[in-house]
Amino acid sequence: MKFIKNKLRNVAVAAGISLLSSVAMAETELTMYYPVAVGGALTKTVDKMVAGFMSENPDIKVNAIYAGNYNDARVKALAAMKSGQPAQLSVMFSIDIFELLELDAIVAFDDVVKSDEEKAWLKSFYPSLMENGVTNDKTYGIPFQRSTIVMYYNKDAFKEAGLDPEKPPATWDELRDVSKKLTKSDGSQWGLMIPSTGYPYWMFSALAMQNDQVLMDGSGVETYFDNPNVVEALSFWRDLGTKHKVMPEGTIEWGTLRQNFLEGKTAMMWHSTGNLTTVKKNAKFDFGVAMLPAGKRRGTPTGGGNFYIFKSASAEERAASLKLIRYMTDPERSASWSVATGYMGISPDSYETDTLKNYVKEFPPAAVARDQLEFATAEFSTFQAGRIRKGLDDAIQAALIGTKSPEDALGEAQKAANRVLKAYK
Amino acid sequence: MKYSTKQNLHGWLLFTPAAILLIAFTHYPTIATFFNSLYSNQSVIRPSRFTGLDSYTAMIEDPIFWKVFENNMWMAIGTIPTSIGLAIIMALIVNKAIPGRGLLRLSYFIPTMLPMIAVANIWLFFYAPDIGLLDKALAVFGVESHNWLGDPDTALPAIIVMTVWKEAGFFMIFYLAGLQTISPELHEAAKLEGSSRWNYFWRVQFPLLLPTTLFVLINAFLNSFKLVDHLFILTKGGPDNATNLILYYIYENAFSFFDISYASALTVFLLILLAVTAMVQFFFVDKRVHYR
Repeated sequence: MKFIKNKLRNVAVAAGISLLSSVAMAETELTMYYPVAVGGALTKTVDKMVAGFMSENPDIKVNAIYAGNYNDARVKALAAMKSGQPAQLSVMFSIDIFELLELDAIVAFDDVVKSDEEKAWLKSFYPSLMENGVTNDKTYGIPFQRSTIVMYYNKDAFKEAGLDPEKPPATWDELRDVSKKLTKSDGSQWGLMIPSTGYPYWMFSALAMQNDQVLMDGSGVETYFDNPNVVEALSFWRDLGTKHKVMPEGTIEWGTLRQNFLEGKTAMMWHSTGNLTTVKKNAKFDFGVAMLPAGKRRGTPTGGGNFYIFKSASAEERAASLKLIRYMTDPERSASWSVATGYMGISPDSYETDTLKNYVKEFPPAAVARDQLEFATAEFSTFQAGRIRKGLDDAIQAALIGTKSPEDALGEAQKAANRVLKAYK
Repeated sequence: MKYSTKQNLHGWLLFTPAAILLIAFTHYPTIATFFNSLYSNQSVIRPSRFTGLDSYTAMIEDPIFWKVFENNMWMAIGTIPTSIGLAIIMALIVNKAIPGRGLLRLSYFIPTMLPMIAVANIWLFFYAPDIGLLDKALAVFGVESHNWLGDPDTALPAIIVMTVWKEAGFFMIFYLAGLQTISPELHEAAKLEGSSRWNYFWRVQFPLLLPTTLFVLINAFLNSFKLVDHLFILTKGGPDNATNLILYYIYENAFSFFDISYASALTVFLLILLAVTAMVQFFFVDKRVHYR
């Protein structure tokens, strides 16, 4: 009993001290949640960056809290807000913007920036990376950990099939033909795999855009699932498995796909650039990275996390948050972040730094994601995004497993989306 | 016998800590959930308002709800009898004095000790087409590779098999404990009377294990509704909701769609379903169970 009493007292005292010290040490204290969606010691990298910021700005104290994946980070940040101990800024999924707006949780950067220099900074990023962060001409999200979909291909398999390893397929027709040549009839090697679990809507955004139709408009209240081009894109995806037999039928697991590629079970895969470093480290064969092929045009969605500033932050805290975000997104930091993680540099300036220049020279695949940005669109994002994304995911999977035709599946998803979004128009 | 005020007070004081915990973490949330289901979701644009049973009518009209309900029933039918049967067989085996008994008990129990998320990650690679253990093993017999989790016909059975593997060892422990309490005299008597092995099990051991079976049955039933951790790793409810279960659907609604109102309605449905089943088991099945 006495032991417990002592322990309780110690805990209480410790809590008191830490509370006091955190108040006394810094004038402005910022709490920031951030997610990590790919493997690696990313938390250490973030901690190092934050420590660097604090030593430059001793009057600002930053608590950077690792909060799991994108979903977890959003749930935690919102729960903290509800409990009255809100964070001042956070890195969250770039597509969370409309849900955060509906909750009235975030503030536009246009209202936080003051000097002309800061206003210029807002324009310093790749425009396609800004698409998910801007709505109604106001900027709510600043790109931080961003990616696109790229095509990894096995150069050895290309050589074996008599194909030129320096010429990855650049159009849908080439993709189909090359995949046929790469598919072995005994089933030991598939031509291509496009993952259809986890984030089917993300892969599908790429296919739809390549067929010259994006899935939504910038306002977040309009989707185009039943557009003929979108239906055609889904038919193309399904046919790769059912008709052309260059991809396994049914859904393809996001989580095990990289292993399939590394073991040579598929000659090509579509995946996030976030896998680049792991593939580089583990591939026992010569591999290449290419832009996604073009249907009517090239296309890929961007992906990843943006910085948001919360509305509940005071004017001082907002200014301090802006300072921190500017530090974290500075070209030099962005360059070393890109090298450490595989995420892309977020501004043209970051690719002009020596760090990234040298890295790209030594390892050219690192530049593919950047070069592809020219053809990129925003990641799928609407109001009530979770529900609408789920409707789209289900429709894609239903078409791939053959329970519904692409027309029916996407038509139903569009009707359901219309019902949900009606209230926002 | 009458208790003094002091004794009464003493009793209530002893009860208070448990009562506070139960009320704060069980009863209050249950009631709050019920009320949440009667109101629309609150957002800045649209304040919360009373919608009565709208969430429940939406539930009846929601094809995905019926799909996950059906899936859950298959999950129960698929996991409960199999895992209980396996648990009894394993318990009978390791109850005998055979060499290496400790090791055998341990190996049966290991699946239970592993965290579900870790297990799911292992099984993800068992089921992976071409590179998975299952496909590689079947390839030896010339069976073609199959996309176990990507085919709606095999996805749910695949999940059921994994759940049985995970649970059977846990239930075995209870049966083993039950078997140990059966007096060895009964076995000797049965032997003297020339009773067969099967007869002894069916007429003596199994009836004496009925209290254990009731307990395990309730647990197995609850687990078939409670265990969804593996879905996060294995299928996320897909393909096209082929493996989606009620609890996972509740999670999706609450934390992915932020539709607290609908998630609450689903939760109330699940609560009622489980409460009714537990009552049936306690009040009807319990009467038929022979306690010593």
